[in-house]
Amino acid sequence: MKIHEYQAKQVLRGAGVAVLEGHVAETPDAAAKAYETLGGKIAVVKAQIHAGGRGKGTTKENPKQHGVQLVKSADEARAVAEGLLGNTLVTIQTGPEGKTVNKVFVEAGCNIARELYLGIVLDRAAARPVLMCSTEGGVEIEKVAEVTPELIFKEHFDPHFGLQSYQVRKLCAKLGIKGKSVRSADRFMRGLCKVFVAYDCSLAEINPLVVTAEGELVALDAKMSFDDNALFRHQDIIEYRDLSEEEPLELRAGKAGLSYVKLEGNIGCLVNGAGLAMSTMDIIKLNGGEPANFLDVGGGADAEQVTEAFRIILSDPHVKAVLVNIFGGIMRCTTIANALVQAYKTVGFSVPLVVRLEGTEVEEGKKIIAESDVDIVTADDLNDAARKVVATLA
Amino acid sequence: MSILVNKNTRVICQGITGKAGEFHSKNCLDYGTKMVGGVTPGKGGETALGLPVFDTVMEAVEQTGADATMIFVPAPFTADAILEAIDAGIKTIVAITEGVPVLDMVRVYEIVRQSDSVLIGPNCPGVITSDECKIGIMPGYIHKPGKVGVMSRSGTLTYEAVWQTSSMGLGQTTCVGLGGDPIVGTSFIDLFKLYEADPATEAILMIGEIGGTAEEEAAAFVKAHVTKPVAAFIAGRTAPPGRRMGHAGAIISGGKGTAAEKVTALQDAGIEVAESPGDMGVAVARAIKNKGG
Repeated sequence: MKIHEYQAKQVLRGAGVAVLEGHVAETPDAAAKAYETLGGKIAVVKAQIHAGGRGKGTTKENPKQHGVQLVKSADEARAVAEGLLGNTLVTIQTGPEGKTVNKVFVEAGCNIARELYLGIVLDRAAARPVLMCSTEGGVEIEKVAEVTPELIFKEHFDPHFGLQSYQVRKLCAKLGIKGKSVRSADRFMRGLCKVFVAYDCSLAEINPLVVTAEGELVALDAKMSFDDNALFRHQDIIEYRDLSEEEPLELRAGKAGLSYVKLEGNIGCLVNGAGLAMSTMDIIKLNGGEPANFLDVGGGADAEQVTEAFRIILSDPHVKAVLVNIFGGIMRCTTIANALVQAYKTVGFSVPLVVRLEGTEVEEGKKIIAESDVDIVTADDLNDAARKVVATLA
Repeated sequence: MSILVNKNTRVICQGITGKAGEFHSKNCLDYGTKMVGGVTPGKGGETALGLPVFDTVMEAVEQTGADATMIFVPAPFTADAILEAIDAGIKTIVAITEGVPVLDMVRVYEIVRQSDSVLIGPNCPGVITSDECKIGIMPGYIHKPGKVGVMSRSGTLTYEAVWQTSSMGLGQTTCVGLGGDPIVGTSFIDLFKLYEADPATEAILMIGEIGGTAEEEAAAFVKAHVTKPVAAFIAGRTAPPGRRMGHAGAIISGGKGTAAEKVTALQDAGIEVAESPGDMGVAVARAIKNKGG
């Protein structure tokens, strides 16, 4: 689960990790007031969307309106907020459709001496969290990793004991952080590692991390996401969820216990099991088609779930054919065949449907489909199914 | 011969009185698995499926001689259940449960690696040695005794591979579902070592997917240490970056963990890679033929 920058900063502030003072605003007037509350000369108005690249991104409505802008008066703050709120911001991470801005964050400025990168993720190979730093702040870390990997410094840490001070000193030596800033770095880095563990984060990224002219480290941006499997123990984080940031069809699928990811193609898929669902997408592509989605109905899908799955797949207007691939293990093919026939009738199919069943009670299952009055094409194996569904589009 | 489990393996189920635990314990019993008991805290002294239920794994081990466990407890309690099984000296721990927090697994992983126990999973279909012992949720009847060792990060895709190798008459020795989470107890490399040492396993099929670098590490290991024919398939060639494809571990992040990278690494190691998931069995046959089998 992702949260907004202003929410991440609330979490950080609560844990004693240095952030600048800021206020969230949903109207231009509130943004102007927030500027005055900050009492400084310079503030920054930032669009709050679940995507990066906001500074370079612009709104669809006005190509001169960037997602992050410096303001020097309450009137400017109001004008920038007006230019953002309710409009659609397009960045390199949002795709061409962009994202609607519902909130802006008005934050105090600071005297920037240096910009660094700091991020914590899980290192799967090491089976431990890893803190990554770089002197190349404000740049996409993937690019740094590709072009100048020697500029990324890493320290793994044990979630029990957290990051140790000697590890911070090592990183400071490599980053060129000296003098009293080392103490500030110790507070910041160890604090961020504690937050990562305490909240079951999957990502905690501060980019850029600023060293101020006064020598303090402070988070200029903050991006956090959380392990969905651990949300049950973080009620406070669940409340940060912003449903308007999520794909409506994926939300709907989640409610029905389905795992759905929308893709760009025109062949819808309904599969049991994540690995088989990915493979079904792959085999469609291999046969010259383009999958419209990933959809895993899980191990024990019933008629209701299959019906909802069909509705979700078909509500994507690009879908011109549907492939069902079920390997009946614990779930019997007869159960799924009955569910398919019933769902087909309920949903009202207008595109070709190819079904491939294998596994427990497969012959009986195929018979149910053959003897029904629905127009379903059956296939014998995976390759056959993919060929047949692609052929329906020819 | 086989790896990990055989007809003498004595199995308990942690969570045997739950709906899924009881259902799958019954299927395992029907398959012929030597189920000897179950554990549900607070229900010690009762019976389930005619088997004794204990409050603790320690008591279950003392009184039944169990050396393997199948874990079906809910995700928030799975780490505790695994640690309890390690503490009781269970040799083979199979965690079926999906949705275990990843930081729980960071802690468990460290401890299991320092112990004598082997952890399979979590979020996996389990382990099965054809016609001898099934610990997990896979449909038993598709498995035929034979010569291929099958290991996979997926569930139904593994059944697909088993189905193909069974239909072709190759059969399987032991089939292991490693699990679809970012951190799992056992890696492909751990199993390559076991399969390589098992005389009954004549060829190995590895089914990977996008995310992480487990397949690349396995490829390097195969190149250096495995003499038996190896075939592989990688799921997710069409998966978009940054999106989690069902499994918590199946995600391409920061441009890493793509299918293309994995396929290249596997091919560089001389592994026969199936282009299509419909050809996993065919790829095994090809690998055997290439090695002069």
